[in-house]
Amino acid sequence: MRPIAWARRWLGRWGLIIALAALPVLYLIHDLTTGYQAGLVNGHAVIHHDLTRIGLNVVQGLSNGSIWALIAIGYTLVYGIIELINFAHGDVFMIGSFTAVGLYSVFGLTPSTGAVGLIFGLLAVLVVSMIVCGSLNTLIERVGYKPLRGAPKLAPLITAVGFSFILQNVGLVWRGGSPESVPDLINQGQTVFHISALPIQRGYILAIGVMIPLVFGLSWFVRSTRLGRAMRATAQDPEAARLMGINVNQTISLTFLIGGGLAGAAGLIYALYQTNIWYFQGFKAGLIAFTAAVMGGIGNIAGAVLGGLIIGVIQSFSDNRLAGGEWTEAVVFGYLILIMVLRPRGLLGEETREAG
Amino acid sequence: MNELRAQLKEWRAAIDRVLPSWWPRALAFALIGIGIVLPFAFSNNSGFMNATIIAVAYVVMSLGLNIVVGFAGLLDLGYVAFYALGAYTLGWFGSDFFFKAKVHVGVHGIAAHEIGIHLNFILILIAAAVICALAGILIGLPTLRLRGDYIAIVTLAFGEIIGVVAVNGTDIHLGGGMTLTAGNFGISAVDAPYFPGIGQFNLLNLRPWYWLIFAIMLVVLFVNLRLRDSRLGRAWVALREDEVAAVSMGIPSVRTKLSAYAMGAAFGGLSGAFLGTYFTTVNAGQFQFGFSIFILAMVIIGGLGSIWGAVAGGLLLGYINYYLIPDVLNSLPSKLGLNFQLVTIEIGIYGFLLVLVMVLRPQGLIPERRRRLELTQQIAATDAELGEPTGGIQTTGEAP
Repeated sequence: MRPIAWARRWLGRWGLIIALAALPVLYLIHDLTTGYQAGLVNGHAVIHHDLTRIGLNVVQGLSNGSIWALIAIGYTLVYGIIELINFAHGDVFMIGSFTAVGLYSVFGLTPSTGAVGLIFGLLAVLVVSMIVCGSLNTLIERVGYKPLRGAPKLAPLITAVGFSFILQNVGLVWRGGSPESVPDLINQGQTVFHISALPIQRGYILAIGVMIPLVFGLSWFVRSTRLGRAMRATAQDPEAARLMGINVNQTISLTFLIGGGLAGAAGLIYALYQTNIWYFQGFKAGLIAFTAAVMGGIGNIAGAVLGGLIIGVIQSFSDNRLAGGEWTEAVVFGYLILIMVLRPRGLLGEETREAG
Repeated sequence: MNELRAQLKEWRAAIDRVLPSWWPRALAFALIGIGIVLPFAFSNNSGFMNATIIAVAYVVMSLGLNIVVGFAGLLDLGYVAFYALGAYTLGWFGSDFFFKAKVHVGVHGIAAHEIGIHLNFILILIAAAVICALAGILIGLPTLRLRGDYIAIVTLAFGEIIGVVAVNGTDIHLGGGMTLTAGNFGISAVDAPYFPGIGQFNLLNLRPWYWLIFAIMLVVLFVNLRLRDSRLGRAWVALREDEVAAVSMGIPSVRTKLSAYAMGAAFGGLSGAFLGTYFTTVNAGQFQFGFSIFILAMVIIGGLGSIWGAVAGGLLLGYINYYLIPDVLNSLPSKLGLNFQLVTIEIGIYGFLLVLVMVLRPQGLIPERRRRLELTQQIAATDAELGEPTGGIQTTGEAP
């Protein structure tokens, strides 16, 4: 019995890290020893033995992961405070994308707009879509979740699904049922500079550059302000928080407002970076971001960001190297199961009642 | 309100005294009889018959999921996996999909001469139940240490993985040019069931299909009712209510949980195999995450843990989805002078209904008696606490 217990403890501590490091390390060794095909010159394959390709995968993954991270924060905040898997959150993100794209024409933004106008215009779009999504999320909470505070735990889950369907239908009626390409405002594929041989494109800078200030702003807010303290207190024990004079309902609404706002920001980045939107994008993004939140440790903001970035990198490896990316989803969910088996509390999470 | 309820209870007791002791059984037989003759009241290939068949198949699924989520309290968000496996069991063993094989067991008509594996539909049902039960145990294993929403996450992941495998199964070669699934093209030309005496199974003659799924539903319903009151059923409920207490009373936690997964999955497989042959194709596009949610919504709207609730929820959502919105109400907007069809906002209406039912009646349409007692007892306890601090009944705060 003792070796089994030992193995289990060891796996609990290191197994997840080994599993997560497996893909990058494998491809690293592969690139350095066997090499990879960097291009064709006169019909002959040019084989390189360096880290450029793997670096590119990681950078792409990190910028995609930034979007997932922003959405995952919304999941993790809501779960932390009312223990609800907010299935409508991914669709709020989709509405964010749609709002942002709708605002392009309102603010007269086209790919030929000058740099200054574009920056201010996009900042305005960012603010408006954050406000729209934040209010939408708060509204959903008021209508769908607040009346069910004392109800069986699964009831709000079903209303969340209901709102998810409603929002999907709004998206479907709004912009039609097929993916639609949107103007590439920032020319996202353009290389800005190189880190050794690694081309850094505008899209990467945008995604990471918007995510980092938002996340730092949020963690400052949660750590240092009165309202942030109220949020943490409510997450820990709503009843005790109420007795200490915290307005629990207002705090929960605030949490939804913040989560929705970040989803709105993610929506804009997605539209700019992927230059492709459709009504079903929120559903997939929601599942991925939720996986990220669980991977990082649900209820933990830093964990959600870390999980989002890791999932982004896993996706990017799988997309670029495994049979054209059609197995990506299975790989991501396979990792999710591994995490649940090896370390249910997630990478940065604390031991909770449910994951114990 | 309370007086009204007491009055109703009194009347009910009075009715029970007047009626002979065998009347519940008589009622059950009468209902079954009505169920059997029901199709004669409707046109043989009408949209209503079609919706009824699908709704009854969904009832079988929601009864299965009710065992896992309702009885055992294990939130399963990947139930679509068993729909997929059940349907693929039919696709594999009831079509020319494995064209290198030539196996025939108890089949009639054209199917008896074609290439591929062709088993009798009863055998396929058994195979689907067994395969799904094994898959259910496999999915249950990693969740044994987890509780609550974490179980939901793992089952969701399994459901999605099975969906991805179904889509990309064309890349998994089994040798001889055969693949695991036909992906989004679908395994078509699956065998229709054959049962002598109730007529041909084809799409213009829906009555035999109805009788078949009605029979399957009756069997599943009967098993459910017996399970609920059995030792196993009580063990499930005990684990749901308080795992630590149940285990310390000697209930084997692992075996009990896995049997819930296996049982629920097997019923899903039965219904999946039926729907596979009824839709005449097994297509990877059918097995989306939304389907798991659809079935879960039936269970929760009906009332978690309540068998009759699961039946009501399955029928309600099945009819809404396949009859009310596409057939009955579809022309409503144009009658009101609006220029769109109702099907375009179908999922929106559906979502709205889910929200509405849950906000108005969070405990479900027909809540389980035991849960209802719990809820009212909790209210009584808080009342007592507020009134006189010493008289309160101690109840645990929330269900796990």
